Amino acid sequence: MLAQILASLVDGILLGFVYGLAAMGLSLIWGVMRVINLSHGAIMALGMFGIYLTFTHLGLNPYLALLLLAPASLLFGFLVYGVAVHRIINAPYLSSLLATFAVNMMVIGIGTAVFTTSLYNVDFSLGTVRAGVLALPGTRLAAAAAAVLITAGLYLFLYRTRPGKAIRAVANNRAAAALMGIPPAQTLALSFGIGTLLAALAGGLITTFFPFTILSGSGYQSKSFVICVLGGLGNPLGALLGGLILGAMEGLIPIVLPVSWVPVVEFTLFVLILLIRPSGLLGART
Amino acid sequence: MKRVPIALTLLLMVALVVGCARPTPTPTPPPPKPTVAPTVAAPAMEASTPTPVVRKAVIGFTASQTGKLNVESTRQINGLTLWMEQVNAAGGLKLADGSVVLFEAKFYDDESNKDRVQELYTRLINEDKADFLISPYSSGLADAAAVIAEQYGKIMITTGAASDSTYKKGYTLVYQTYTPASRYLTGAFDLLGALDAAVKKVAIIHETDKFSTDVCNAAKAYGEGKGYEIVLFEGYDSGTADFAPFINKIPAGTEAIMGGGHFADGSTFARQLYEKGVSVKFIALLVAPPEPKFAELGDAALGIIGPSQWEPQAKYSPEAAQAAGLEWYGPTVEEFVSAYKAKFNEDPSYHSAGGYAAGLILQKAIEAAGSLETDKVKAALDAMAIMTFFGAIKFDTSAEAHGLQIAHQMVYIQWQKDAAGNLVKQVVWPAEAQSAQPLYPLSR
Repeated sequence: MLAQILASLVDGILLGFVYGLAAMGLSLIWGVMRVINLSHGAIMALGMFGIYLTFTHLGLNPYLALLLLAPASLLFGFLVYGVAVHRIINAPYLSSLLATFAVNMMVIGIGTAVFTTSLYNVDFSLGTVRAGVLALPGTRLAAAAAAVLITAGLYLFLYRTRPGKAIRAVANNRAAAALMGIPPAQTLALSFGIGTLLAALAGGLITTFFPFTILSGSGYQSKSFVICVLGGLGNPLGALLGGLILGAMEGLIPIVLPVSWVPVVEFTLFVLILLIRPSGLLGART
Repeated sequence: MKRVPIALTLLLMVALVVGCARPTPTPTPPPPKPTVAPTVAAPAMEASTPTPVVRKAVIGFTASQTGKLNVESTRQINGLTLWMEQVNAAGGLKLADGSVVLFEAKFYDDESNKDRVQELYTRLINEDKADFLISPYSSGLADAAAVIAEQYGKIMITTGAASDSTYKKGYTLVYQTYTPASRYLTGAFDLLGALDAAVKKVAIIHETDKFSTDVCNAAKAYGEGKGYEIVLFEGYDSGTADFAPFINKIPAGTEAIMGGGHFADGSTFARQLYEKGVSVKFIALLVAPPEPKFAELGDAALGIIGPSQWEPQAKYSPEAAQAAGLEWYGPTVEEFVSAYKAKFNEDPSYHSAGGYAAGLILQKAIEAAGSLETDKVKAALDAMAIMTFFGAIKFDTSAEAHGLQIAHQMVYIQWQKDAAGNLVKQVVWPAEAQSAQPLYPLSR
């Protein structure tokens, strides 16, 4: 029993790092610009296909391909911001919800036309690391390590660079930041681009151990909402913590309940956190 | 004044829409058919060489030429067409009384739609005067067609339809070619028992759709009846990508894993079992392993077993029939495969083989009955016990499950490595179809 608990916990936490990375993008966009990005899942799916295409057609190692995916997704984020978000940034939340939902539908529609909804698989393995009762696929370990590195990079960027500090200033008070000479439009575009980049990278990491379709992102998007509420919407570090908690729950719940009960427990927790501690475990902070 | 033209326009529009939505079904041109002589005895041209009486048997069926079942249905019809062409090209089916039966196909596109099936089978019986019916592809469509066949008193051979329930409705004229779904995985227990009588602990992890759940419930009951201990029986949702929670639940000491569902989840499950280094002696999964794409899993596919209705590697033969005490009927596996490849330029799938086998069953029944009369052919079908390239054929004749296939067995394939180290599919069960010895136990 102890072995099962340990194996389930470690599996869940490894997965939780990637969940956390995905949720961080959603959290950052909300924290800076108060936009709930409903194209988050579709962008994760694009990240998945980006890695699939570079791996299958160019033979590129998936982790090296992430280095190509990062600038491409950043540019895509700028594009989405410019086309769909910028003009309604000060409109009521419903406008940005609908705008990002429209982007989601466009990406899914085009993706379905090109890739159909068939299952794809990146046939890449890093072997299995064994330690006592644990058998850990190398790809999951690498994904967790990559998620930690990306999170550290994000924090260095936000706290040690001028554009990062500008993002935090805009998140704190957009008007005051503008008065201090920080260009809000560029800073918001950068924030949206980084949020998109994080979603795409998380999608890319998932392809190394799970099969996927163009529709796969929606499930991870739902988890991202739970994670953001759990960790504190607008707080990227909270998102990582929320991801780890959700991953651990997904690992441990099946020990005592059928696996089909996992989403029931997850979304019950979602409602409970909203009711009891709406600011999440770490509260909103950027 | 304006109301009349508006009403007229509306009427015209409704008529147009109705006209477009329900076109009068036109029979799809049947495959090339020979010139058929009238059913009455032909007058003898010369006293010394009497011309045999030639009779025409109309075989009615629908094909899913459009819609989601198109691919499988087309292969099924290809098999049936090949059978008919071969029989007719050989001069027809010669009966004991010296007469000859030539077959003619009448079919329509059912659009993969259950509602269309009943309308079209009624038409096949009443207007096209079909003597015998072959089912459409899929359990759902075949079930819809079976009602009509029974209602109008026509014999129907079903193929591409594995569901058990159709044969438990009191029908007397519907006969199943495929192994029923309830026995999809039971052979895996038989194989396991034959390989290692000491193995007792089996985990079953399956998709929770109706098909997989029914198959695994039946397998569980069968396994428990054989003395196996089902140490884990759990379902996963369709679309599951992370099997770690299920794999972690497999109790220590488990010796075999069965289950699965469809291709996507089955192949992912197999891959994660390998990545997690699950050490069991035997793994049998539904649906996914027989697919050629399964080999893309590489070493994770090695040793995995899966059931299939038929595979070209199956070694059914006259000798195997003799050993089983059954009459051999029809072409050998090699003859069927080469004829199919020559005509359609592709390897036959089990759908194609099932289509051909349905025709073959009907042919054997008509031959044994020496007649085209429904009662006599039905009696021949009830008494049938043969082996063909598709496997053994025998029908349940009890009132509870009349027409259910009881002799045909799933063939169980296993991915093995050939001399060059490439993954190849081998048939490892049943013994009479074996193309290679099973790889046992799994070494992981």
